[in-house]
Amino acid sequence: MCLALPAKIEDCLDEIAWVRLGDARMKVSLVMTPEAGVGDWVLVHAGFAIHQVTEDDARETWMIVTEHGLMEKPGATSPDQKAETA
Amino acid sequence: MALLETELADLATTIGRPVKLMEVCGTHTVNACRSGVHSFMPKAVDLISGPGCPVCVTAQRYIDALIELGRRNDTIIATYGDMLRVAGAGGSLEVARSEGADVRVVTSALEAVETAIKNPERDVVFAAVGFETTAPATASAIITAANEKLLNFSVLPAHKLVIPAMKALLSDPDIRIDGFLCPGHVSVITGGDVFGPIVKDYKKPCVIVGFGANQIMEGIVHLVRQIAVPEAQLENLYPEAALSRGNPIAQELIDRVFVPGMAAWRALGEMEESGLDIRPEFGKYDAVGRHGISFGEDREPPGCRCAEVITGRCKPLDCSLFAGVCTPIYPVGPCMVSSEGSCQAYFRYRRHELKSPMARVRVEV
Ligand code: SF4
Repeated sequence: MCLALPAKIEDCLDEIAWVRLGDARMKVSLVMTPEAGVGDWVLVHAGFAIHQVTEDDARETWMIVTEHGLMEKPGATSPDQKAETA
Repeated sequence: MALLETELADLATTIGRPVKLMEVCGTHTVNACRSGVHSFMPKAVDLISGPGCPVCVTAQRYIDALIELGRRNDTIIATYGDMLRVAGAGGSLEVARSEGADVRVVTSALEAVETAIKNPERDVVFAAVGFETTAPATASAIITAANEKLLNFSVLPAHKLVIPAMKALLSDPDIRIDGFLCPGHVSVITGGDVFGPIVKDYKKPCVIVGFGANQIMEGIVHLVRQIAVPEAQLENLYPEAALSRGNPIAQELIDRVFVPGMAAWRALGEMEESGLDIRPEFGKYDAVGRHGISFGEDREPPGCRCAEVITGRCKPLDCSLFAGVCTPIYPVGPCMVSSEGSCQAYFRYRRHELKSPMARVRVEV
């Protein structure tokens, strides 16, 4: 339930950030992690950053997530499949 | 892994009775199946899936209400993708879409708000399912809609809370659970401390874990160690993300917009304070009042055992429809529809364990 994926913040404008999640770039809200800024890593769930993590933890989580296929390559999934809940 | 496996086998021998552990979280179920964690379990240790797939625990009456709303010409349904194919009494959202309903898949609650901004002449209803991890996103969307003074956005709320579900399972004498692998990302929001009452009042070990196979395996060993003592403690093996007090901003968002209320669960029925109602201050964003929705009866698809799967009473392999009639392409119940559902996880990674010839049928998914 509720898988959150680590992503790196590339740009921000107020509470909105553009993050890099694997091959994909996506827009997320930083309302729950107001201290996070460009270059920081956050866990992203359903379009929201829910927690700031260190780069090491982010990389380790990313490895687990991709190795175990918990997420297909973001760019390779259809929008319907990509939009998994919670 | 080998060391953990040996320790687990030794602990199981020491305990000398069957042990039932529940992975509450759908992502744990998927990853345990995928990485073969089950194959490391001694005979006496049974790993069962719990009610942690939000789509699977969404009552059918909710799906029916969404479909009915979607059939209105002036309405757009915005939903997470996993909900599309869940069967209601008269088809699914996907079927309704093929018949002309405007059903759009969104990856975020804010995308639903954007849809409302771009379509001012239509009413956008966001299907808000999910546990504590997802609820703050819905709360933020409602606050954004209020700030934007949107008149054409509302939410059909079906958020659920994890702890009441765990308590309900523990109160059922038929389901004897010895310990819980607790969901890591729920804890990111709520804080790990929310599992305290399960340990204190029900004397059941709880271990919060991340999502890797090793982490899951380690969590299982920690649970079984406690059971061997015996003792009940709350352990957090995912401290890099799950803090003991969680994310206070996310909790504030939930509190500002929602108040705990009665929720209808597939399998567990109606439970007080197990869901989140929209506060009266935000009442105009509640699709139930706004669209005069009255919920009907819940009727499970004939032959489907999702209710038993969700509560750990049976495994997907025990369902006579599994893999033969019910597959991810033609799913009968929500546990086969959702990518976090136990039946889909078993279908993808464990259907070879099925004794019937159907197990050998190869279905591309
Ligand atoms: S295999 Fe299909 S029919 Fe059987 S319990 Fe799972 S979802 Fe329901």
